[in-house]
Amino acid sequence: MKRHWQLYLLVLLPLAYIVIFKYVPMYGAQIAFRDFSPIKGFSGSDWVGMKNFADFVQTPNFWLLIKNTLLISLYSLAIGFPAPIVLALALNEVRSARFKKTVQMVTFAPYFISTVVMVSMIILFLSPRLGFIDLIVRSLGMESINFMGVPHYFRSIFVWSNVWQGIGYGAVIYLAALAGVNPDLYEAAKVDGASRFQKVLHIDIPGIMPAATILLILNIGQMMNVGFEKIYLMQNPLNTSTSEVISTYVYKIGLLGANFSFSAAVDLFNSVINLTLLLTVNYIARRVSENSLW
Amino acid sequence: MFRASAIKEPPGDRVFLLLVYAFLTIVLLSVLYPLVYILSSSFSSPQAVISGRVWLLPVEPSLAGYKAIFDNPQVVTGYANSIFYTFFGVLINVCLTVMLAYPLSKSTFYGRSLIMVILVITMMFSGGLIPTYLTVKKLGLIDTRWAMMLPVALAVWQVIIARTFFQSNIPKELGEAAELDGCSDLGFLWRVVLPLSKPILAVLVLMYAVGHWNAYFDALIYLKSPDLFPLQIILRNILILNSIDASMMVDANKMAAMQGLRDLLKFSLIVVATVPVLAIYPFVQKYFVQGIMIGSLKG
Repeated sequence: MKRHWQLYLLVLLPLAYIVIFKYVPMYGAQIAFRDFSPIKGFSGSDWVGMKNFADFVQTPNFWLLIKNTLLISLYSLAIGFPAPIVLALALNEVRSARFKKTVQMVTFAPYFISTVVMVSMIILFLSPRLGFIDLIVRSLGMESINFMGVPHYFRSIFVWSNVWQGIGYGAVIYLAALAGVNPDLYEAAKVDGASRFQKVLHIDIPGIMPAATILLILNIGQMMNVGFEKIYLMQNPLNTSTSEVISTYVYKIGLLGANFSFSAAVDLFNSVINLTLLLTVNYIARRVSENSLW
Repeated sequence: MFRASAIKEPPGDRVFLLLVYAFLTIVLLSVLYPLVYILSSSFSSPQAVISGRVWLLPVEPSLAGYKAIFDNPQVVTGYANSIFYTFFGVLINVCLTVMLAYPLSKSTFYGRSLIMVILVITMMFSGGLIPTYLTVKKLGLIDTRWAMMLPVALAVWQVIIARTFFQSNIPKELGEAAELDGCSDLGFLWRVVLPLSKPILAVLVLMYAVGHWNAYFDALIYLKSPDLFPLQIILRNILILNSIDASMMVDANKMAAMQGLRDLLKFSLIVVATVPVLAIYPFVQKYFVQGIMIGSLKG
């Protein structure tokens, strides 16, 4: 240990960062059970037990928030999770290296667009005055629609724009998994007279299952944290009935309303759901397949 | 080989392949079209944009939108601030990441599994928005440039990626040889490891840089002075909140023309904000893909 003192010196600064910016806030999460006062600090404020949680459950918005959060999450999961898999499987069938590369490069590019720009693009495209979507709607002989103002469309806009932005990035992992499939399997399938589609079904899909399972577990563990930054930017007074989720509520009540303890409690409530989901899904995955996080 | 696959392909397979190509072409076009539309609109005249005449190529080409952007002092300061945060932010990020990842990659480093546990815990639990904000506030970072760099000084995910790279790409024997020759650990890291690690350094620089360039939320909660705002906040104000300096709206006659320019400016702004990141991407795509793969499969 003495011989490598320099290495121990190196880790001090990064570890200090982790402790200050990660562990101190974790310790600070106890304000969810207290009545936080800035003067008394994290551990000096008075205990109020579960009061903040009880208050949250009793707010008129409680069920709406839960419903919105869950619906957006499930919709995202149902569409956003398989989309990159489908793209990767399709790309894997392409024999022309150039076409494959072009599709990969183009679909990867939107990943670099910032959330602010992404939301601006959505608003521009869907605006009843400017966007090309509106041009299409009108050329089909329909009235212009103010998409961002109709609560009913909010989820679809959010989920499908995420697919647009993330599909290429998401496909990379599955392409790597497909590249790792044993070529002997394809040979054997050919000898057995399997069609291309059967090959995809019986070789490719099982080949990416381990990667897919892990990613699914991780996604579900983050389920209640649906793209807060993006949802917040997409919100307007007309669509809040479907767009208000737990994380946007935490931000508005907590930081804008300076109601620290209450919103820390809401946040903690959210995290507990996430952790429960993660543990449950991981347990199920370990039971039914060989793959799990631990 | 070629002959066999070209001629003997059963009809079912050909239909399947055709469907695959059709699907990929649709995906390709639906990702590409919005990008082309934005680009073309940004180079068109305000009148062409508001009357909806742009659909593929620029109509009545003009640089009016770009001119309006660079006449706007907010955008220029925002740009300068974003460059500042990205440059110094990445510098801090990469230094800290290497400082932590390299020791963790050595099997002789006592306590590395403990440190790994400490790191992984932070990936699953976090204090949440409010306690984090209060911590940053307590440290006196609110409304300073540090608030844009220190709270995100290190990403655990990138540490794991870098550690995996060091573990698999720096032969143990090299370290032992250097030690016998009397080279210190720091000297070895600086003179041998880093020069051998250019691919992973490129990945780190990129991933962190994209994060800094695109960040807006930290600025939203931690910054108050407009002269510290990064580009993304300026973009949000102009593009999403639709607030442009009232002094620009001089009289009612000019309103219509102004409205057109405002709309055009949005398209140009999107291009100007995105091009720096997109422009470097083709050159580093290879590394980027490597980075995602190391991170995902071995993490």
